[in-house]
Amino acid sequence: MFDRQKIEEIAKEKKRWEQTTLTNWVKQCPERRKEFRNHSGITIKGLYTPEDIKNLDYMRDLGFPGEYPFTRGLHATMYRGRLWTMRMFAGFGTAEDTNKRFKYLLSEGETGLSTAFDYPTIMGYDSDHPMAKGEVGVCGVAISSLQDMEILFDGIPLDKVTTSMTINGPASILLAMYVAVGDKQGVPREKLGGTTQNDNLKEFFAQKLCIFPPKPSLKLSTDVIEYCARHLPKWNPISISGYHIREAGATALQELAFTLYDGIAYVEETLKRGLKVDEFAPRLSFFFASHNDFFEEIAKFRAARRLWARIMKERFHAKNPRSMWMRMHVQTSGCTLTAQQPLNNIVRTTIQALAAVLGGTQSLHTNSFDEALCLPTEESVRVALRTQQIIAYESGAANTVDPLAGAYYIEDLTNKMEEKAMEYIQKIDDMGGAIAAIEKGFFQKEIADSAYRYQREIEAKDRIIVGVNDYTIEDEECPVKLLRVDPNVEKKQVERLQKLKRERDSRKVKEVLEKLHYAAEKDENLMPTIIEAVKAYVTLGEITEVLRKVYGEYKELIII
Amino acid sequence: MQGERKIRVLIAKPGLDSHDRGAKVVARALRDAGMEVIYTGLRQTPEQIVETALQEDVDVIGLSILSGAHMALFPRIMELLKEKGLTDVMVFAGGIIPEEDVPELKRIGIKEVFGPGTPTENIIKYVLENAPKRS
Amino acid sequence: MSKLEEIANGVLAGNRRSIARAITITENTPEEAQKLIALIYPHTGKAHIIGLTGPGGAGKSTLTEKIVREYRRVGKTVGVIAVDPTSPFTGGAFLGDRIRMQELSTDEGVFIRSMATRNNPGGIAKATKDAVKILDAAGKDVIIVETVGAGQSEVEIIKVAQTIIVVHAPGLGDDIQAIKAGMMEIADIFVVNKADRENAEKTVMDIQAVLQLDTREKTWIPPIIKTVAVTGEGIPQLIEKIEEHRVFLQKGLLHKRSLEKAEAELIEAIKEQVTGSIIGKLKRERRFEKVLQQIVDREIDPASAAERLLNQELEKNSQNDEA
Repeated sequence: MFDRQKIEEIAKEKKRWEQTTLTNWVKQCPERRKEFRNHSGITIKGLYTPEDIKNLDYMRDLGFPGEYPFTRGLHATMYRGRLWTMRMFAGFGTAEDTNKRFKYLLSEGETGLSTAFDYPTIMGYDSDHPMAKGEVGVCGVAISSLQDMEILFDGIPLDKVTTSMTINGPASILLAMYVAVGDKQGVPREKLGGTTQNDNLKEFFAQKLCIFPPKPSLKLSTDVIEYCARHLPKWNPISISGYHIREAGATALQELAFTLYDGIAYVEETLKRGLKVDEFAPRLSFFFASHNDFFEEIAKFRAARRLWARIMKERFHAKNPRSMWMRMHVQTSGCTLTAQQPLNNIVRTTIQALAAVLGGTQSLHTNSFDEALCLPTEESVRVALRTQQIIAYESGAANTVDPLAGAYYIEDLTNKMEEKAMEYIQKIDDMGGAIAAIEKGFFQKEIADSAYRYQREIEAKDRIIVGVNDYTIEDEECPVKLLRVDPNVEKKQVERLQKLKRERDSRKVKEVLEKLHYAAEKDENLMPTIIEAVKAYVTLGEITEVLRKVYGEYKELIII
Repeated sequence: MQGERKIRVLIAKPGLDSHDRGAKVVARALRDAGMEVIYTGLRQTPEQIVETALQEDVDVIGLSILSGAHMALFPRIMELLKEKGLTDVMVFAGGIIPEEDVPELKRIGIKEVFGPGTPTENIIKYVLENAPKRS
Repeated sequence: MSKLEEIANGVLAGNRRSIARAITITENTPEEAQKLIALIYPHTGKAHIIGLTGPGGAGKSTLTEKIVREYRRVGKTVGVIAVDPTSPFTGGAFLGDRIRMQELSTDEGVFIRSMATRNNPGGIAKATKDAVKILDAAGKDVIIVETVGAGQSEVEIIKVAQTIIVVHAPGLGDDIQAIKAGMMEIADIFVVNKADRENAEKTVMDIQAVLQLDTREKTWIPPIIKTVAVTGEGIPQLIEKIEEHRVFLQKGLLHKRSLEKAEAELIEAIKEQVTGSIIGKLKRERRFEKVLQQIVDREIDPASAAERLLNQELEKNSQNDEA
């Protein structure tokens, strides 16, 4: 970006400065530590100058917003045109409870719904399964059948909202239920908008809510991608997720590299279904975490966008620029929240949310300050949402596109993140791809090592967490009001489910389940059969049970 | 040839949640402190946990749970331990467990509850000091 | 009744708590272990003992789980001993093999125990042998000893078995060096697991090639079985081969092997007891320290010093005998 002569001049001057001003200053006032590093292990220099980005080519590496390689953002005006979607993850108790919370959030100005399901639902168990004991409606809403789904979206017109569903193993089942609710409301399928997380690969090494072995899991994810490409043009079939990789302990760099690699795997798998890359790639979306190291996160988001655009263009020969778009959802990092002095979490969340905005996210979830202790209350959720609104309306961060572009540090860090992520991608390619790397435990080992290192750093006080290993308060009183899930939820839910099972057309149920078994064995796309099944009020547990029989169950590979 | 006493610890994850980062970090820290650590993997039923403790003849059980189902699952585990005669095994717990639940958990026999952010050092020290001295 | 007798009786009655306690004794207190084994020894010798070894990542735990399930299906009871290495730096160990078998842990007919090597090759080999005897005395029909095939100590452990299975899988690095080192000679059955992978045939051929190098005359040619443990493919065939080998052993070799094993164990025990008592005695004498100093000062070499001490000791003993 600078001419060579200027760079040389700056380099010379910098050397002089180092030998004089810097040296003299450090003599009087030494630096706080010998080395500064970010989470990804990249050494941070004391000062960045044009010399650090002398090889940056503006048109090649940054370009203009809305144009390749999209480093500066997906849209020409970014938040000057439309703010990011403020999407708050919510779900607990019965479908009635969450339906109430949804309506509250919509009335508070939220623009998109995001559904958290309880663990039994996530693991493909009905609320009355023995494994569900004590878990029904606790960490999310319990959905066992279409009946629950109808209650969940009662009074919410599906053509007016977009809905994100955090569901993976049973993603096709929940999407089928959503489609069925839409059909009942009379909403045309091409108008249904939203996202299913449906990223089964990361489950094996990050979130670990796996039901089936890797290959059938990838097949189920691909079924949804293929079905949406053909029938649900406004639905994002997958949200390729780095969030859980990060929360499991990965560094920002590992999060970036492993997520993009999962993306590559889904593209390759979907191409095998006979779709052309431009027929489905525009609907792929991504999901990242935002941590506390402000600049590292911003660089990560920018590098992710550029790298994905390059991969889609160079590796998969996409022609449609939208195929090169990395649309992303960001959530502030749950694992950075502390149980100690929980109000401090509001500040952490603010820093993380601001990084996501400066990184150019399309939608954002901000965590509530009490989440290290329990499920968030209405009050804490409101503060979290207000945090986004303050950034949007008061901070000025939304007033120009990619405000940090051109900063020597940010651009250098963006380059480094991209470069090092490419090294990982090369390594995984050499290993034989994502599934081979999962089976070898490569991702698992990388993440476990990072998590352990992070913990050691905190314990050695090499990394300070305010309120945890420094600035602590003795005998802290818990200042937050805890939200408790009504213990009757499980009972109510189980009763409703059992009533449904008694009253539905059991002959039809049996017939559809047999059909599903057959389709699964024939390796067909299962979406149409699953839609038929949920409409007959076949339960999530019953559908999953059939698939467990055909595909087997995954047993985790333990890497410590 | 002299045999050596080693503290044997079972790190177990009851419930359906999959947050094993803490459990694994603790498992690794206890191992690095010279203990023999058996990890059950995710989603263990109370029956599986207690049966494993019995067969492995562990001195200590660490239960990790973040799903909020601890009040439903821990009592069952403690009950089964008693039933099988494993009353000399020391049990501690960790994860997201609200302060107000701790007295009840201690009442049913859980020796200590470690909240988020507890340094592994403290856990190691606690286990070393409180592991039952058995022959 | 002494505590040991109580435990021994519990083991013989198949009480799981007693079995667990008994194995802990073999790990922690060798003197007590000796007494305990003496109590149960008459009741051993009924189980078929299978050793399963191979490099990390070959899928041994999954394979073990499937073998156990198959034996359970036909109504046999099974004991599993999974051995994992102790860290040489910290002395701790991570015992993770049973994770894949957790569903079996509540099956009354199965007993699974993890053991760490505790940086004591001889020790763990002995503790494993004792643990096998305990499970045997407790009435298990089949006992599987599973260990990572990495070094000499693992070879020692696995020798406790009557039928030794060496497991490999394609894609673990194309060398089968890991198998060659000491494993080739001891294998009764080879398993190529993960046989649905691309290079499975090559792994089979590699093993065949190495087998052909062995020109010793044999009455049992180790078969190579292909399995996909995750799906259970090939497990019935593997069980069939294990049974075939068991019958083969019973026809003659078993007695020979039992004698060999007995000889090895007897010699090991003699060595231990003789060296244990002599060294203990020598250490209590001042001579010992004097000789140590002489070795350090290069006045005498260790082997000659040992010879001299032993000769003196033997002389003393014979004088005592005469007196």
